[in-house]
This record gives sequence, structure tokens and C-alpha cells, in this order.
Amino acid sequence: MLGVSTKIEELLTSVSDPEIPVLSIMDFGIVRKVELVDNVYRIDITPTYSGCPAMDTIGDDIVTAFEKEDLKAKINLVLAPAWTTDWITERGRKALEDYGIAAPRAAEVDKAALLGEANTIKCTNCGSLNTKMVSRFGSTACKALFQCNDCHEPFDYFKCLK
Amino acid sequence: MLQEKLYDYLLHLGDNSMILGQRLGELCGHGPELETDIALTNISLDLFGQVRNYFQAAAQIKGGDATEDSVAMQRYEHEYKNTYLVEQPNEDFAHVLVRQFFFDVYHQLMLNELMNSKNETLVAIAKKSIKEVNYHVDFSSTWVKRLGDGTEESHEKAQTAVNTLWRYSMELFKATETESWAAESGVGPDLNQLKSVYLERVSSILKEATLSLPEETVFQYGAKTGRHSENMGYILAEFQYMQRAYPNMKW
Repeated sequence: MLGVSTKIEELLTSVSDPEIPVLSIMDFGIVRKVELVDNVYRIDITPTYSGCPAMDTIGDDIVTAFEKEDLKAKINLVLAPAWTTDWITERGRKALEDYGIAAPRAAEVDKAALLGEANTIKCTNCGSLNTKMVSRFGSTACKALFQCNDCHEPFDYFKCLK
Repeated sequence: MLQEKLYDYLLHLGDNSMILGQRLGELCGHGPELETDIALTNISLDLFGQVRNYFQAAAQIKGGDATEDSVAMQRYEHEYKNTYLVEQPNEDFAHVLVRQFFFDVYHQLMLNELMNSKNETLVAIAKKSIKEVNYHVDFSSTWVKRLGDGTEESHEKAQTAVNTLWRYSMELFKATETESWAAESGVGPDLNQLKSVYLERVSSILKEATLSLPEETVFQYGAKTGRHSENMGYILAEFQYMQRAYPNMKW
């Protein structure tokens, strides 16, 4: 996607969101551009939410990962175009689900679910659609808290952001 | 000159969100229930994130040693440009939610307009922030309806909060010199033109909530130009504590 060598792509893939360790930043869609200028990799990353405290850590993690390979990286935070959950890859969505976080659904589905109008968010534990929202805001800015009415397990839902 | 105006305008935009974010932060661990505790602090986090974007741009204009932190922390009270509304104390849950609701509706309208600004940085910040603020509006409107159309007691408390806070709402739409400059130069919206949509949206939610706006209101103006209420001193005492005790400290 970024037109970089396999090695660079692998390096970037090795960095993950500190709050969702199974999700690589590449699958998260927050790496927007990589450019090699004077032997320094200039890497544009974009925040998921304005206040996301993970961005600084992610930037540092990228620089450290590059340093291990004797490469230099410089991080640049870009705001436009604004990140959307559509940029999470299929592989990323699957990683989220396997980790126990329901992946974001389409905007209309999201709204109906968050307003308690429809049972559309699938329990990540038993797969039941008979779930309810416990809280519109969750443990991090990007998540809402749900609970399954069948197996009673609580789980996170990654909110759709468009 | 132009850059100075833009700097001032960025402070106008950032200060409202920052002081409201600080007020909401006071509730961390004190929300009436877990859900709302998390929600209010999450909203605070969103607001502070947006403020960082405004103040990074402001620090760039200022140049020298200026950073987002120095812009945020190292000013005197009269140099903050937030409105009276956001500095109002938390009082009770109804006050917190009604204050949030009055601000959110304005904030959403404002960001919608800023997406068409002639300033690219503002466009980028607005496009990013609007997604978060749409969520805030949903949250606070839902709660205003729930409180207003809830029990007798919740209705009474919500109505009291509306009566108390409404007088601070119109300051949001009274342009200062800087805001008039922004409107004239296409950097920001003409605030006066947003007022009718604001009134419409607020009234329609309040109606659903079986609440009403006070009939006669003497609106309060002045905080945006630096004449803050007594509340502001207390807010800054806490907010600036570390920077005053240990100037230029960093994490």
C-alpha cells in the first residue's frame, strides 16, 4: 500500500498499538506515508482519536524498531485526511475479533446498536447477537462496552468512526 | 499582524475546550455511575486532544521557545479566552450535562463551519474533531432527555440547571474583535449567523426533554475578553499548579 520494501513493511508491521497489542499499526491504517529522504525514513502517522495517548508511544516504538536495524526514522503526525475505521484491514478486523474486541460495523449499524435500537453487535465469546450496550464509552477513547445476554461475558466494541 | 490574529483565534478555539475538559477532569472517579464517569473523562480526553492540535499550531506561530504546554499553561487569567459557560462549576450531574449539552451543540456547529475555513490547519483539525464531537452531542442530548423526561426530581434538577446556565449561552455567539476578524477573512464563521440554528436545535431537544428555556434572561458577556468569573481563579490554581511550582517542568 505504501510502496515500500518488504523489509520496511515488516518493520512497521512489527509495531503494534500498546493498548491493543495484537493489532499491528499497518493493519490499523494509521501509517499514511513513508518517504526516504537523506537516509532518514520520514513516516507520517495519523491519530485515531485526537486525544489518543498511544500516539507518542507508537511513534517512539517505530523509531526504536528502525534503530534496531540501524535505520533512522522520523515521525510526523498528520491530521488530514482524518482517520476512519474503514482503514482497518481485514486482517486487522480479524485480529481484533480474536482478541475479544468486536470489530467496527457500518455507521448505521453502529448508531442503532449504540442507541440500543438493534441487536447487531456479535458477542466475541459465544457469537450470539443477543447483546446489550453497557456503556457508550469504554476503557479507551475508541471503544464502547457491551455485554452478551446469553453467555453474560462483557466485551469491548471498537466504535465505528467516519 | 495577520499571524497575531490567527494566534489569538486559535486561543479562542482552544480555551473553551480546555477549560471544559478541565472541569470534566475534576469528575474523574466521582461520576454518579461508572458509565458516566468513563464517558465524561473520555469526552475530556477528546477535548484535550483537540486543544493540543490548536495549541501546537499556536506555538508554531509564536515561535521561539513556545510549545503547546507553554501556550496552555503559562498565561495569566485575563489572557484566557474561554466563555463563562465552560468555567461554571460542576454542582450536580444535571449541571454537568446541561453545560455539556449547551456547549456541544455550539461546538458541533462551529466545527462544521471550520471545515470550510480558508486556513488549512483549521480545516484538518475540524474534520478530525467533528467525528468526536458528533458523539458528544449524542451523549449529552440523550442524557438531557433522560433527566428532563425522567423522574420528578431529575426533571426539577435539569430545569434548575437550564435556568442557571442559559444566561451564559449567548456569549458563545457574541464575536470578539478577533472572531470578527476571522469571519471577515474567511478563517472562521460569522457567529451571529449560527445563533438561529443553535436556538432551534437546543429548543427541540429541550422540548423532547419536557424542559423549557427561561422566559426572561439577562445574558452574561465578558469572559471571552478576559473578564472571568471568580471560578476561573480556582480552575487555574489547580490547572497551573505544577507549572507554577516547577516552571517549565516536563513529564
